[in-house]
Amino acid sequence: MPGFDFSNYNRNAALHAQGMPLPKATSTGTTIVGCIFDGGVVIAADTRATSGPIVADKNCEKLHYIAPQIWCAGAGTAADTEFTTALISSQLELHAMSTGRKPRVVTCMTMLKQHLFRYQGHIGAYLVVAGVDPTGTHLFTVHAHGSTDKLPYVTMGSGSLAAMSVFESKWKAELTQEEAVELASQAILAGIWNDLGSGSNVDVAVITPEKTTLKRNLIKPNEKVPKQQSYKFARGTTAVLNEKIIKKSEIGRYVSVQEVPLESDKMEVDS
Amino acid sequence: MSDPSSINGGACVAMVGKDCVAIACDLRLGMQALTISNNFPKVFQYGDVFLGLTGLATDVNTVSDLFRYKTNMYRLREERPIAPRTMANLVSSSLYERRFGPYFVSPVVAGLDPKTSKPFICGFDSIGCIDFAKDFIVSGTASDQLFGICEGLWEADLEPDDLFETISQALLNAVDRDALSGWGAHVYIIEKDKVTKRLLKGRQD
Amino acid sequence: MAAMFSQNPLMNGPHYATTDAPKTNDFREHRFYPYTDNGGSTLAISGADFTVMAGDTRHTSGYSINSRMEPKLFKIGGTTADQHDATIVLSVCGFAADGNALRDQLDTICKIYRYRHGKAMSANACAKRLSTILYGKRFFPYYVHAMLGGIDEEGKGVVYSYDPVGSYERETCRAAGAAGSLIMPFLDNQVNFKNQYAPGSGVGHNLQERERRPLLLNEVETVVKDAFDGAAERHIEVGDSLQLLILTKDGIEEKFLPLKKD
Repeated sequence: MPGFDFSNYNRNAALHAQGMPLPKATSTGTTIVGCIFDGGVVIAADTRATSGPIVADKNCEKLHYIAPQIWCAGAGTAADTEFTTALISSQLELHAMSTGRKPRVVTCMTMLKQHLFRYQGHIGAYLVVAGVDPTGTHLFTVHAHGSTDKLPYVTMGSGSLAAMSVFESKWKAELTQEEAVELASQAILAGIWNDLGSGSNVDVAVITPEKTTLKRNLIKPNEKVPKQQSYKFARGTTAVLNEKIIKKSEIGRYVSVQEVPLESDKMEVDS
Repeated sequence: MSDPSSINGGACVAMVGKDCVAIACDLRLGMQALTISNNFPKVFQYGDVFLGLTGLATDVNTVSDLFRYKTNMYRLREERPIAPRTMANLVSSSLYERRFGPYFVSPVVAGLDPKTSKPFICGFDSIGCIDFAKDFIVSGTASDQLFGICEGLWEADLEPDDLFETISQALLNAVDRDALSGWGAHVYIIEKDKVTKRLLKGRQD
Repeated sequence: MAAMFSQNPLMNGPHYATTDAPKTNDFREHRFYPYTDNGGSTLAISGADFTVMAGDTRHTSGYSINSRMEPKLFKIGGTTADQHDATIVLSVCGFAADGNALRDQLDTICKIYRYRHGKAMSANACAKRLSTILYGKRFFPYYVHAMLGGIDEEGKGVVYSYDPVGSYERETCRAAGAAGSLIMPFLDNQVNFKNQYAPGSGVGHNLQERERRPLLLNEVETVVKDAFDGAAERHIEVGDSLQLLILTKDGIEEKFLPLKKD
């Protein structure tokens, strides 16, 4: 359980009552997708994190580790997706150790939804949970209020409509692993190009009964164009009024370490 | 009442160079449009790790003291100074603990990895989401301006002296286009064997 | 309403508990808000004998792209509809519909001027007239940040920039729109050499400022392209294509350069 600290809550609620706007949290205005294929499941995400209309992180990781064979793609408030998945990952690991069995995807999904439902949507995590366990291959979505879906292909985030349009036109019941990776990538790319909240690269995770393969930056269609010129300044361009240099080698001037002589060889001990 | 994170104003930026990192902040402390002080640094040093804090000044003070306490306790318990990456996770979890009553700060961490001497910088939102970057991190009321100019000026593998010019020019020109930041600046250049702290001449208006 | 049914997490906002602070509005006034923001950015730099104007061509609303090729820069006051002999450029960003209406109105005025006086309108006359048009709608403004570029009577480049209600100023360079705040400090530094000093010219407060000189055309083009590449990296509403207009005494050259499309 996270030990949330509410000691600033009353202060902030009082400020809010006076009309204070809320601080801007980094949100992964995202495209995330998942798709089941014959023999496993694939999830994919874009890599843009935004704060309002500004790109805060051009290459963030939205595919989160839960267990070796269970991974999670997160949209919504970035901190919430990060910490919620880390928390459930930790609990699931302990659960797996105490039962001596491999963790199951339904267990993970249930823990996530119960946690999120308890916080009534205030934890803004929108997740795609995917994995392979002894009972088979599974793919779920979990919404911030605690509702869940179980479908063969899913999309979430601000680019979900763009991504779903790809699934609805190209998805078929029997897919090979390669076809599933291609389909998921195309769905993410639809979000990258057509949704302003999504952008940069495509991350893909392929989960099969044998192993999980994380293909970080599988497609990089948005490499920064090289600058037309260097903007290096001549040294001494900036006006400096004061300078202080602290060298590690001269740190002895501030701190001195002396060996304590150990002549009285016996340490003083309580008798 | 206006937005708490832009009552006092302030800006902070960190950049990666060749075997070095830089972190810089402005010196203004204001109350809305009125400037109260021109000597309010927003970069704090904890051993070899540097923490920049912008946002609500009362929380800047509280959080800087909190991390002085936490890093001191870490050093006593572990008998070694805290590493930048450890610091990043400490800041992140400390901020997320207050998910439903956050401190109005957006921190920046900069330092060199004690083992590999590799540059490390990262930024956070007010509830602890980490932004790992390979180039630069910005925060504060001039963050839009800093994003724009850093994207223009920054390049890979700058030597310490060149990195100093680039980060200084980025900060000074950004704060000159923000009414709530400015009034001088502090710049730290962190190298493997030394740290150089400089006070910059900036517009006093 | 859209937000209520949307599964888009962004539209529902970050869920801080403080959003549930008690509200006491029992009645809601019906509102009509006739403006939207169509994003995008523009930029203008005047040189010794030229003016460069630039803008991206993305047209957005919310998180959607309406068009990837909807130019924001317009040639004004030519003899014909294709504006082949125009000498003035108007740039508008903000609410695109108002921008188009403003462009049509100013163009008509310039054409009538040409018909009545048998000559093209000068840049400064057009600038003053644009201010009057904007102020004419003082209480229902055109929701745009306009800029006007041309060549003045001495043959120098001119840029005028406006607020939505017609306050204007002649400037050497200006960035406007969504990414205006990102681009402007870069321009201060690279066009006007702000905060740059001559190395070794003194100590501390006695250091001499770096000498100002007007930039050459190719230098300006380089700075403009790099400024927009930076803006497209960091602002979600900027991208697709860069429209570049170069005004000289010989006329206006138009170019389109690619920008990031994500």
